[in-house]
Amino acid sequence: MARANRLRELRRYPSAIAGAAIILLLVITALTTIIVLPYDRAIDLWRGGEGVWLDNPRNARPAWFNVLPWVNLPRTVIVDSRDGDITRTIRPGEEVSEFAMDLTFDYRADAFPQEVTVTLFGTFDDLGPYATLTWHTPDGRMIPLGDRPAGAQTVVRLSQDARLIRRLTNIPVEVGLFSDYTVDSSTVVKGRYRLEVDGFLFEPDSDIDVKLVVYGQVHGLAGTDHRRRDISIALLWGTPIALTFGLVAAVGVGITTMIVAAIGAWFGKWVDSLIQRITEVNLILPLLPLLVMVGTFYSRSIWNMLGVVILLSIFSGAIKTYRAMFLQVRESPYIEAARAYGAGGFRVVFRYMIPRILPVLIPSFVTAIPGYVFLEASLAALGLGDPVLPTWGKLLDDARVNGALYNGHYYWMIQPAVLLMLTGLGFAMLGFALDRIFNPRLREI
Amino acid sequence: MLAGSVVIGVYLAVLIANMGGHVDEIRRGQIREGVAMMVSMDQEFRRLPQEQRESIIADSVRIEEQRLGLDQPFIIRSVLYLGTALSLNLGRAEQITSDSGSRQVRLVILERLPSTLLLFATAQIFLFFSAVIGALFLSRRYGSRLDRTVVALAPLSAAPPWFYGLFLILIFAAVLGVMPFGGMVAAPPPRTTIPYIMSLLRHLVLPVSAIVISGIFLATYSWRTFFMIYSSEDYVDMAKAKGLTSGMIERRYVLRPTMPTIVTSFALLVIVLWQGGIITETVFNWPGLGQLIYRAIGFYDTPVIVGSVVIYAYLLALTVFLLDFAYALLDPRVKVGAGSGR
Repeated sequence: MARANRLRELRRYPSAIAGAAIILLLVITALTTIIVLPYDRAIDLWRGGEGVWLDNPRNARPAWFNVLPWVNLPRTVIVDSRDGDITRTIRPGEEVSEFAMDLTFDYRADAFPQEVTVTLFGTFDDLGPYATLTWHTPDGRMIPLGDRPAGAQTVVRLSQDARLIRRLTNIPVEVGLFSDYTVDSSTVVKGRYRLEVDGFLFEPDSDIDVKLVVYGQVHGLAGTDHRRRDISIALLWGTPIALTFGLVAAVGVGITTMIVAAIGAWFGKWVDSLIQRITEVNLILPLLPLLVMVGTFYSRSIWNMLGVVILLSIFSGAIKTYRAMFLQVRESPYIEAARAYGAGGFRVVFRYMIPRILPVLIPSFVTAIPGYVFLEASLAALGLGDPVLPTWGKLLDDARVNGALYNGHYYWMIQPAVLLMLTGLGFAMLGFALDRIFNPRLREI
Repeated sequence: MLAGSVVIGVYLAVLIANMGGHVDEIRRGQIREGVAMMVSMDQEFRRLPQEQRESIIADSVRIEEQRLGLDQPFIIRSVLYLGTALSLNLGRAEQITSDSGSRQVRLVILERLPSTLLLFATAQIFLFFSAVIGALFLSRRYGSRLDRTVVALAPLSAAPPWFYGLFLILIFAAVLGVMPFGGMVAAPPPRTTIPYIMSLLRHLVLPVSAIVISGIFLATYSWRTFFMIYSSEDYVDMAKAKGLTSGMIERRYVLRPTMPTIVTSFALLVIVLWQGGIITETVFNWPGLGQLIYRAIGFYDTPVIVGSVVIYAYLLALTVFLLDFAYALLDPRVKVGAGSGR
């Protein structure tokens, strides 16, 4: 009854509703992430290296940048002859057959692409196909890109082709290919581009496939990092991790501290003084440097860190506050009544003392969560982030270490920072409102 | 009691900094590798027979281990560490040198201290006094729009200073380009005094703002609540009824009884100054104690780590000790040594 009243009261605080809404949204995101992208798969993707992400641009902005009216950045264009739409003509000969195919695509962005790469996939026994690449611009110009023997998988990075750069009078390849560079090398020529691939097959069963990748400047919901990884994976997986870390740490620390304080207050004597001394010793040891030591010398798995954080935070200054509260409770008549019917020490502690104090402390558990969420980020900023898991803190740290601020890759840093801020605000707003409801003394003032 | 806690705390720090003796193994390995490398690179030694070379390596390893004190078992060394650390004879750093080239831990720490103090003292003292004064102001007009704004903004303090630091760097250094990205003075440092101070101040602005933004709202909020509990006492109403000015009421009837708490939190704040902020200093590339500790841990440089923990422990104990006297001075009801026994 009383609980229902309190929950109803919560509705009167707009900040509490906003906080709860944010938390609900985060929890839904976290659950969806776990179901859609399982733990192992996320780690595989994030640790996969450039092989997994080969077709992503480096440091690309989020795709929603294009929603802004003055921005029209290119997306990545991939044209692959294995996808079927592309017709290839093969003119069989005695020993050598000729082949030809056209890869066409539309390019309508205002900016140049990041890189251009052509990959040749040859099927053969001994002697691979030989391909000639030619670039056709919408305005009818033709730029020869050179000849290449095709292996099983030959990657031609046009943007790093020194001969091509020289032929394009020493301007970047992307600019040369996508503008009328002899007249104006700053405007993109828009329209239908064509990559013509023709050449020879030297074996009867030999075949060739071609993939053209024009790397854009925007990618996906959240952009990519310096290793072409899709940042949205880390943003999504950061949610369950941040929530778990914050919740487990705050509730674990809160409840354990409370139990320890209650035991100390009830049993008194050496138990109490032992707890007090441990607390004093622990207060002397500063938390962050200690965590740095543990992370450097033992293990930096996030679950290991979580355990150490809980252990070190149990005997904190809060134990003294709780103890003072329990000392008051201990003298209450109802405790005396419990003693009279013969309740043992632990029964009194767990059935009578803790339930009495718990409601008062619940808000403080909630307000403690943001602190731990940011602690995870702090650990990552110290280079103590989990080595395999993608988290918000690690994104922030990656961005900072790789000079996102100096190079103008602001999205890289702002996205995890906003999420961190939202999480922190959500829990803090709910906690502050709860505090006012559960501790009516605060309400009047 | 306090002394015992300090001793145990420092000993724990010694154990942790040495990873229970495991760091010694790492260091022995490093020494052996370094010496073996040196001997094999040296032309003169190359001509010597295998056994002779081995014995040279063994000798140099032994000398190097003796220099670092690795020849004694870890338990003995940990107790020795404790003794020297507690007597504030902080010894010599193993890897880290001060900028002037000294290996004395005392000098290394002393060299970093002024910059940490400059940054954190400026920020924290500004934060503390503006929070207390602002809270006094708000407690007089609670429920006003300003008051409600501060209460609503209090959750912002959940984020640590370095987090706001990143934003400030983003806005003022990266986008607007009006402030430096980090560091303590411009490079190269100005030669004359006045430009030097100006450059120092310019570099101070962002880190100080980061610390203040991260702390100010929650601090003001909790001080305001605290003052309000005391301003709702009957004797304050009585004073109001007597027609005293609000300044007088604040000084005599609100600030007086709350003084012990204010002094306590100020004293605890002074200790925290010593620690600096590992991450804030790293983000702003500020050459202070926090950065030193981080580097020391990276190098497994036990004496430096233990040294900073020892100083912190001593300061904490000293502050707690002095606070008892301060309470007695400020609050006539408290008598040192009488009764309580806690």
